[in-house]
Amino acid sequence: MSLKLYGCDISSRLLLGTARYPSPAMLKEAIQAAKVEIVTVSLRRESLGLQNEQRAGQSFWSLIQQSGARVLPNTAGCHSVREAVKTAHMAREIMGTNWIKLEVIADDMALNPDVFGLVEAARILNEDGFKVFPYTTTDLGVGERLMQAGCHLLMPWAAPIGSGQGLSDRNALKAYRRHFETVPLIIDAGIGRPSQATEAMELGYDALLLNSAVAKSGNPVLMAQAFRQSVRAGRDAYLAGPIEPYEGAMPSSPMIGRAYLS
Amino acid sequence: MSLIQVNGQVHALVPSLSILLTELGLEQAVVATALNGDFIPAGQREQIVLKAGDQVEILAPMQGG
Repeated sequence: MSLKLYGCDISSRLLLGTARYPSPAMLKEAIQAAKVEIVTVSLRRESLGLQNEQRAGQSFWSLIQQSGARVLPNTAGCHSVREAVKTAHMAREIMGTNWIKLEVIADDMALNPDVFGLVEAARILNEDGFKVFPYTTTDLGVGERLMQAGCHLLMPWAAPIGSGQGLSDRNALKAYRRHFETVPLIIDAGIGRPSQATEAMELGYDALLLNSAVAKSGNPVLMAQAFRQSVRAGRDAYLAGPIEPYEGAMPSSPMIGRAYLS
Repeated sequence: MSLIQVNGQVHALVPSLSILLTELGLEQAVVATALNGDFIPAGQREQIVLKAGDQVEILAPMQGG
């Protein structure tokens, strides 16, 4: 069954960031190899003094359009509500989407969300007609405030951005999933390996957003494919209903009908 | 000579934001603009008169996570 995000049916549960790839061609190949439908894009200063096709932003935009992926602009690097709201409006004008991955960053080193600014920016942007994808922590209260502010999905982190630590607080992620039972939840940030992606999906998360784990790997195209498979495996396992761990052993073969051979 | 800043670089003052974009060859480009920290939608660029010391930002889609 496909995933519905703000009314759009999405069949790929792997969302991909577009930064830090060895080359633009490799980014495009990774998107296609993993059949990614949604990619994140930032807004930065355009290069001046060149022909249009040589400008970094124009050539990047052309590549993204060729990839056929749906664009999710972000407000990465914004430290205030004001900056994030303005960035969202500028992104909407040029990228032609009211989707926005909302980041309001509290600290440059930890890259943790400023949850107070996040809720306020989410409220303003929802009133301005945006469909907000908020990058948040696993704090249940903040999640509730984001929903009250008009968000219809949540994007909690698994670990700090780019850290590759995986599910640093598994219990908190389980509690988050349990609490927001019917809300689409996308893990954003901290995943480093396909096995961690599977683990997140086995917990019942709806999708995963990755960047560094693919882009900075030794072979981004192969790693993108590996993540596609791991996300799929985790989702299938969640739907299938994994067994609960048991303290001790339990025989698989029947005890009845054993021969007397001793 | 009166000057403005465009993406952090010094530039000669020109009459309007739309003229600045034309001068930079960006009139057809996928860019968003801001003046002194405020977003200026594309439809308002012609009416925006620039003055010495203004700070213009010209932004485009770029790699991001």
